[in-house]
Amino acid sequence: MPDPTHIDIDYVARLARISLTPEEKETYAHQLHDVLVYFERLGSVDVEGVEPSAHPVERVNALRADEPGPAFSPEEALANAPARRAQQIVVPKVVEEA
Amino acid sequence: MSAIPPPSNPILFLSACEIAAGLKLGDFSAREVNEAFLARIQAVDGEVGAFLQIDREDILSAADAADERRRAGEARSAFDGIPVGMKDVIAVKGQPLTCASRMLANFVAPYDATVTTRLRAAGLIPAGRLNMDEFAMGSSTENSALGKTRNPVDLSRAPGGSSGGSAAAVAAHEMPWTLGSDTGGSIRQPAAFCGVVGLKPTYGRVSRYGLVAYASSLDQIGPMGRTVDDVAALLDLLAGPDPKDSTSWPDPPPVFSRDLGEAPTRPWRIGLPKECFGEGLDPDVRAAVDQAIATLTAQGCEIVDVSLPHSELAIPVYYVIATAEASANLARYDGVRYGHRAADVSDAIDLYFKSRGEGFGPEVKRRVLLGAYVLSSGYKDAYYIRAQKVRSLIRKDFTDAFSTVDALLTPTTPTPAFPLGEKTSDPLAMYLADIYTIAANLAGLPAISVPGKPTPAGLPTGLQLLAPHWEEHRLLRIARLLA
Repeated sequence: MPDPTHIDIDYVARLARISLTPEEKETYAHQLHDVLVYFERLGSVDVEGVEPSAHPVERVNALRADEPGPAFSPEEALANAPARRAQQIVVPKVVEEA
Repeated sequence: MSAIPPPSNPILFLSACEIAAGLKLGDFSAREVNEAFLARIQAVDGEVGAFLQIDREDILSAADAADERRRAGEARSAFDGIPVGMKDVIAVKGQPLTCASRMLANFVAPYDATVTTRLRAAGLIPAGRLNMDEFAMGSSTENSALGKTRNPVDLSRAPGGSSGGSAAAVAAHEMPWTLGSDTGGSIRQPAAFCGVVGLKPTYGRVSRYGLVAYASSLDQIGPMGRTVDDVAALLDLLAGPDPKDSTSWPDPPPVFSRDLGEAPTRPWRIGLPKECFGEGLDPDVRAAVDQAIATLTAQGCEIVDVSLPHSELAIPVYYVIATAEASANLARYDGVRYGHRAADVSDAIDLYFKSRGEGFGPEVKRRVLLGAYVLSSGYKDAYYIRAQKVRSLIRKDFTDAFSTVDALLTPTTPTPAFPLGEKTSDPLAMYLADIYTIAANLAGLPAISVPGKPTPAGLPTGLQLLAPHWEEHRLLRIARLLA
């Protein structure tokens, strides 16, 4: 198992895209460390040749018929948008200045 | 110990099946039934805090419509007009869908979950939004960002979680029955803490369409009620294939409420997994299981010892897989299309970071961070893939056990309900509250918690039964022997 003693909490927060206060960083680094130490017991069992289970019951390629059905109107689709103008969601500028 | 007072209206003591019988006989109307429950909520929910929201007028007009149908001989089912409380993670069109999170505090469901559609088709009234741990992450409902729920049996104690509001509402006679969701024990553990019945169906038995996702390979919706028969009847309304959920099982379900009292053709063989009776099990909970063993034996069941050798790994496996899936599922909350959006942001990336930092509570952040870590480059094989392999070993333990027994009996929880605040500062201690329930989710098995003998102090205990995939009917028949 990897050594969980050094968790780069800034790196993990960047992956998760969550802004953390300095206090949160300290708390979570500490708590994640404890949980990862607890996870070390997963290393105690031999898993050589064992297939991973992604799902608890076997079912593959469950496809429904590809037929058009009822869909949201633009009004319904946008009803929960935090900021909107006409039939669009308003977001901060995403392109760099030239 | 301070419990809420029992109700005075006799309707509130009836099971949902008894209410259905009373409606048929004309003993009372659906309006009278719903008014009784609303009055009870009005009287005690200030203390219990099971509900985040309830729309009184909406419920009463639905009740009147049900009475009208019954008078015209057009009742949609025997349960037409009976309310069912909804955990605030299941979509009911036009109602709030907050997951007890600031992230979704203002979100209104734009569509019905499949279970909601099915309940409506049978005339049931989706009533109120029940409190829970934020995004169903927790075991005490103390992770709710929007309200505090207390255990109706002892108001100083936690109701369990994450479906704490669903369990408390039934225990407090505020609802005849409710829906919960169970990812690692979130129906069964609060059922045990509050002294009610809770069933987690086989993975795939009930559609997850319209259930806000936490860990998609583990989540199941299930019924909670005061009797095994009620839970069976509610499962009948929920179960079945759904083209909107590719993990729903294609075979039509049996009628779960039929022939529950029928004797088996040969005596049931019930296994006791020795790993569930070791260190950490409260003696009062142990005594309740011992009494259940005596009850089953007296009714002709054969009790045998079995082993689930990998069960001590269920909690680490769960917290790797569940947090990994959660980190992916909760990536959708980015402040753009719906949910909380931070003000004063410099650009789109800043919007994601700040909206998530402000919108998520501590346990959600902890799990999303942990999930991002176990999936990150260099660690995925060591944590995530290894956990999925151990999950296969845990599944095989159950397959082996069920080759010799019909069902397994364990305590639902290691202890009775713990005091509010006791475990909130120690995430690992909270995770251990689910030690006996988690494996059923990893293996996709149906499992039920029914009340056991209370402790000498009067706290509820929970007895858990597990059965092979798709054997909910067997589970309910055996559970009935303990009622």
